[in-house]
Amino acid sequence: MIEATMSRAAAADRITEDLLRPLASPSWRFYLLVLFLGSIVAVGASAFIWQVYYGLGESGLRMPVFWGFYITNFVFWIGISHAGTLISAILRLVNAGWRRPVTRCAEVITAFALMIGAMFPIIHLGRPWLFFWLMPYPNQRMLWPNFRSPLVWDFFAISAYLTGSLLFLFLPMIPDFALVRDRSTGFRKKVYGLLSLGWRGTTKQWHRLETGMSIMAIAIIPVAVSVHTIVSFDFSMAPIPGWHTTIFGPYFVAGAIFSGIAGLIIAMAALRKFLHLEAYLHPLHFQNLGKLLLMMSLLWGYFVFAERLTTWYGNGTAEMNVFYVTQDGSYAPLYWTMVTCNFLLPVSILSIRRLRTIAGCVIASFGVVVGMWLERFLIIVPTLGHKFLPYTWGTYRPQPVEIAIMTATFAAMTLLYVLFSKFVPIISIWELKAGEPNPGAAAPGLEHR
Amino acid sequence: MAARWGMAVDLDTCTGCGACVTACHAENNIPTVGPEQAAVGRAMHWIRIESYWDGEFPEARMKFRPVMCQHCDAAPCEPVCPTYASHHTEEGLNAQVYNRCIGTRYCANACPYNVRFFEFYNPEWPKPLQVQLNPDVSVREVGVMEKCTFCVQRITAAQIDAKAEKKPLKDGDIKPACVQSCTAKALVFGDLNDPESEVSRLSRSPRGSKLLDDLGTLPKVTYLAKQSLA
Repeated sequence: MIEATMSRAAAADRITEDLLRPLASPSWRFYLLVLFLGSIVAVGASAFIWQVYYGLGESGLRMPVFWGFYITNFVFWIGISHAGTLISAILRLVNAGWRRPVTRCAEVITAFALMIGAMFPIIHLGRPWLFFWLMPYPNQRMLWPNFRSPLVWDFFAISAYLTGSLLFLFLPMIPDFALVRDRSTGFRKKVYGLLSLGWRGTTKQWHRLETGMSIMAIAIIPVAVSVHTIVSFDFSMAPIPGWHTTIFGPYFVAGAIFSGIAGLIIAMAALRKFLHLEAYLHPLHFQNLGKLLLMMSLLWGYFVFAERLTTWYGNGTAEMNVFYVTQDGSYAPLYWTMVTCNFLLPVSILSIRRLRTIAGCVIASFGVVVGMWLERFLIIVPTLGHKFLPYTWGTYRPQPVEIAIMTATFAAMTLLYVLFSKFVPIISIWELKAGEPNPGAAAPGLEHR
Repeated sequence: MAARWGMAVDLDTCTGCGACVTACHAENNIPTVGPEQAAVGRAMHWIRIESYWDGEFPEARMKFRPVMCQHCDAAPCEPVCPTYASHHTEEGLNAQVYNRCIGTRYCANACPYNVRFFEFYNPEWPKPLQVQLNPDVSVREVGVMEKCTFCVQRITAAQIDAKAEKKPLKDGDIKPACVQSCTAKALVFGDLNDPESEVSRLSRSPRGSKLLDDLGTLPKVTYLAKQSLA
């Protein structure tokens, strides 16, 4: 019995050592990476300033395609954000033991992807300096935003989701912050001391933390579902062909979770490789997430099939114009790339057990990320270019500012993730310890379902 | 009873001359964007003449359709605007408050007729053209949406004049720039709430139809079908 306890203590020490190692003084490679990513972000920021100075004409937007890359990226990043909190909340609620090393790196994706996604509705404004007019705030003119506008719903949905996700991310970090606090000195100790909110590890504190986390895990799920439904309303509320359809709510939520899982798999594979977390992120985690991705891929295929078939069978003139231009018109190369990346590729890789390795999952995930980005583009642009009156049909070509800003958001996501994993243990230490099999328990390994 | 402004367009008499487009530009300080921007698709014409070929050569003939904001009673552009920049006035106009617009361009996406335009750059008028700007119409800055107003400045001016002279407004007193400049008299503007007005009479015509009527946007512009083979 004593031996067992000792081996358990040793295992806990090993976990602490391994997971706090990335927080030690960074190497030159870290600085180089930060510099590289930071300069891409700086280019994107300058592109935005350029666009504000000269006008939105610097983008490729034109009559009648008034939304393009920016709104595509908006939906894309909000979609990516659905990985984290939602998956982590569901895995917590069903008490899946394998979730423990996964939850935090998932929740961080949510926080950062949401912050990035929420910038796009501001970046794309004609007069971005007046963005606060979208918010309800007390003002002398007694003017409120228009609560009938889906864009105002967006504002509420995203701010609620961001607040909830940050809380959900922060709560389980408190004991880990306290751990870092206790092991550091000077300024670091002060900062982590503040972040740990006076955590002492008393029974009462543990109890409150558990209660808080259960409440958040339940509360965040309907919020997450509502967010992407409301994002889909941005399109489905407008009575134009290709947008005005009731399937968009669930279609967008499914697509969001789909792309989110893909983002999570890529992030986890990168963490595993670069932070040497092979002992914690096992092939099992990738296999399980790979199965989840496979299921979402099939669900996505089903949604696309249902949406396309209904359009084709209904044979409405205006809808069919959009249908054909994507199916075999000028957008067909993008459309079929999307189908390949989102359906054919992941299904053929992930449904074969032998291929459901880490590498296989990562390849499928990259496909899904590309495919889901294209899906959003193909929802937005062909419809706007092919509304009812053929006289006003048009097209769209993205311009350098848009490409620079889009590239910058991918760099920003990576940068934030890199920085985060440098300052916070990217795997929840205390949760991992709690999940360690207790050698004294009757049925060891039961938690590793 | 408040007026309900509407228009009738006789496709039989429209010659597609484009005088209305020019008049609209002059009246409403609409910037001309230059050949490069126009080629990209950023030309702004609050009223446009759509031209369609009918039949095959040599029996082909051309048909024209002037399209401006239809001032829908159930306008898709209005509810989607987050700042009320696009809203409905008591006289049934789809007003656009430039100062309230932050440029989400949602209204333009929701509009089935594509009659809303965006200021992609700050407008410029090569000297001395800036002195011909209409002082009754605000010049819009970069980043806002704009569109046909039925020349609301003329409507308001006529109403103020009528009030000052204590006379009721007569049908035909108000002429938007396009109506005034139409040599073929294909465009008729007036109060749809006055059953005797010419626009009301034409709107009731069996030749009349609304553009994309089945969408349920309840446009206030009536198109009178082409009959002659000229």
